[in-house]
Amino acid sequence: MAVVTAPIPSTTSIGTSTLQIARRAILRYMRTPQMIVLGTIQGAMFLLIFRYVFGGAIQIEGGISYVDFLVPGFITTGVLFSGMSAATVVAEDLEQGFVDRLRSLPVPRVSFLTGRALADTVWNAWGLIVTAAIGFAVGFRIHGSVAEALAALGLCVVFGFAFEWLFILLGLIAGTPQAAQGMALLVFPFTFISSAYVPVASMPGWLQGFASHQPITYMVNAVRALTQGPAAEALIGHSTGYLVTGALLWSLGLVVVFAPLAALRYRRS
Amino acid sequence: MALIIEAKGLTKRFGKTQALDGLDLTAESGQVVALLGPNGAGKTTFIRTVATLLRPDSGQLRVDGHDVRREAPAVRRSIGLAGQFAAIEPAMTGRENLELVARLFGQKRKDAKANASSVLDSLGLADAGDRLVRTYSGGMRRRLDLGASLVGAPKLLLLDEPTTGLDPRSRIGLWDAIRELVKQGTDVLLTTQYLDEADNLASHIVIIDHGRVVAAGTPAELKRRIGGKVIEVHVRHDDDVAQVARVLQGFDHRDIRIDDATRQVSVSVDSAGPVLMNALRAVEDAGVDVEDVALRQPKLDEVFLTLTGRPDAEAELDAVAS
Repeated sequence: MAVVTAPIPSTTSIGTSTLQIARRAILRYMRTPQMIVLGTIQGAMFLLIFRYVFGGAIQIEGGISYVDFLVPGFITTGVLFSGMSAATVVAEDLEQGFVDRLRSLPVPRVSFLTGRALADTVWNAWGLIVTAAIGFAVGFRIHGSVAEALAALGLCVVFGFAFEWLFILLGLIAGTPQAAQGMALLVFPFTFISSAYVPVASMPGWLQGFASHQPITYMVNAVRALTQGPAAEALIGHSTGYLVTGALLWSLGLVVVFAPLAALRYRRS
Repeated sequence: MALIIEAKGLTKRFGKTQALDGLDLTAESGQVVALLGPNGAGKTTFIRTVATLLRPDSGQLRVDGHDVRREAPAVRRSIGLAGQFAAIEPAMTGRENLELVARLFGQKRKDAKANASSVLDSLGLADAGDRLVRTYSGGMRRRLDLGASLVGAPKLLLLDEPTTGLDPRSRIGLWDAIRELVKQGTDVLLTTQYLDEADNLASHIVIIDHGRVVAAGTPAELKRRIGGKVIEVHVRHDDDVAQVARVLQGFDHRDIRIDDATRQVSVSVDSAGPVLMNALRAVEDAGVDVEDVALRQPKLDEVFLTLTGRPDAEAELDAVAS
């Protein structure tokens, strides 16, 4: 009997599949309260230790208090810490067969990645709000306009989105969730060798070159300038516009490099 | 009859392993095909190729008339896949899981809800449908996973070792669910390491090893070739093993297996009833002290032994006798 070939049906739209996959990812976060509670406690603990234990030993020039210096760094790097879970979750989806199921369905391949990125961006935004609230509770204040402060939060969401692609890529190449977690932890030193918690000027000369030009420093400084106004600009030595542009360029660079690598890797996995 | 699967000379290599080595397989619509083979035989590779998760290196594969390489999206519309791992989200309810897959299949929200409900009903999960999957038992998870592969109303259901790791009761529950689907007209390709599973579910069994088809046919045809049952005699004294082997050789259908270490002799027989009685009488007449006698289904390794003809049973018997 002749085989009749039906016309190729269209695949499910990228919008629907992205939203559905993102919804699953967010439900997974929301319904694992241990993760939310533990993540918040860890963040708060860390902030309190820096604020009250190390803070007294760290002098910031230009009349900025340490808590005002620290919290912008803390909020910015917090996006990376909450983003790290993406690597673990991606590795889990690969290992536990969700990716296989997805690839046997008539959905665009890329929707696994876009869904993931959307969910984690929403998740990061939520984390940002919590961290900022804790920051205010321990004495952080903005010294610029509210609009600038909101712009700073928006920037952090952009940074989270940019790093998301790196974490997705790590999750795809790690092989196991444990390995993915280990690999994601490698960003840890990068957050410390930056202007996030201490002024770069206090580091040894050979480290300053790296610390002052790496993306996290640009991002932290941009957020600092937006929330602390002229005093921070004077401390950093650059205008807010310069810092924001630099931070956005770094974000764009991260996306341009890691998003295609993640997509390529996902195709081959 | 329309062909739901047509594979010709399929090959797939992973590094040094030739997972598929010129596999030919056709399955007609209306059949339940069981792919039977040991670990590493190429079962999972084949099913993943049918599911468009893997691209074959060479050969041809059409699923529901669509080429897996050039018309992968069309193939994906025709199939539903349930794997060795239950690929469902523990932090969502059973219903939410099914609705997710239905929506990804492109169904409208209303249709997705309706289909999820009817699948939950048909799998006996209606009561548990609104509970989080993390509270489900292993058997319920597998059933839900099966449901997730059904919610898109596929023509061909692909089940990769659907009952591996399940307790006997859940296993039978899942078999019932699969049989029910078949009644409703879904074609099924399943892989299994268990002969009884293939025997219970399939209308057509394909035995594969090293990426090739070793034998194929209906369960009845294959049983005729491999012998329907195995008689196993376990003697008390080492010295009696050879004598029992000699006595049972008269009832041997194709081969006889002797295990000196456990003092067991087993033979494949066509039909169990009268042969078993005669064999037991003969063993008794020989005056052998018997510890245990069993009548059982052949194991997969015995099937392979019979079908591939190695190792040589005669030589083994001689070695024991001398």
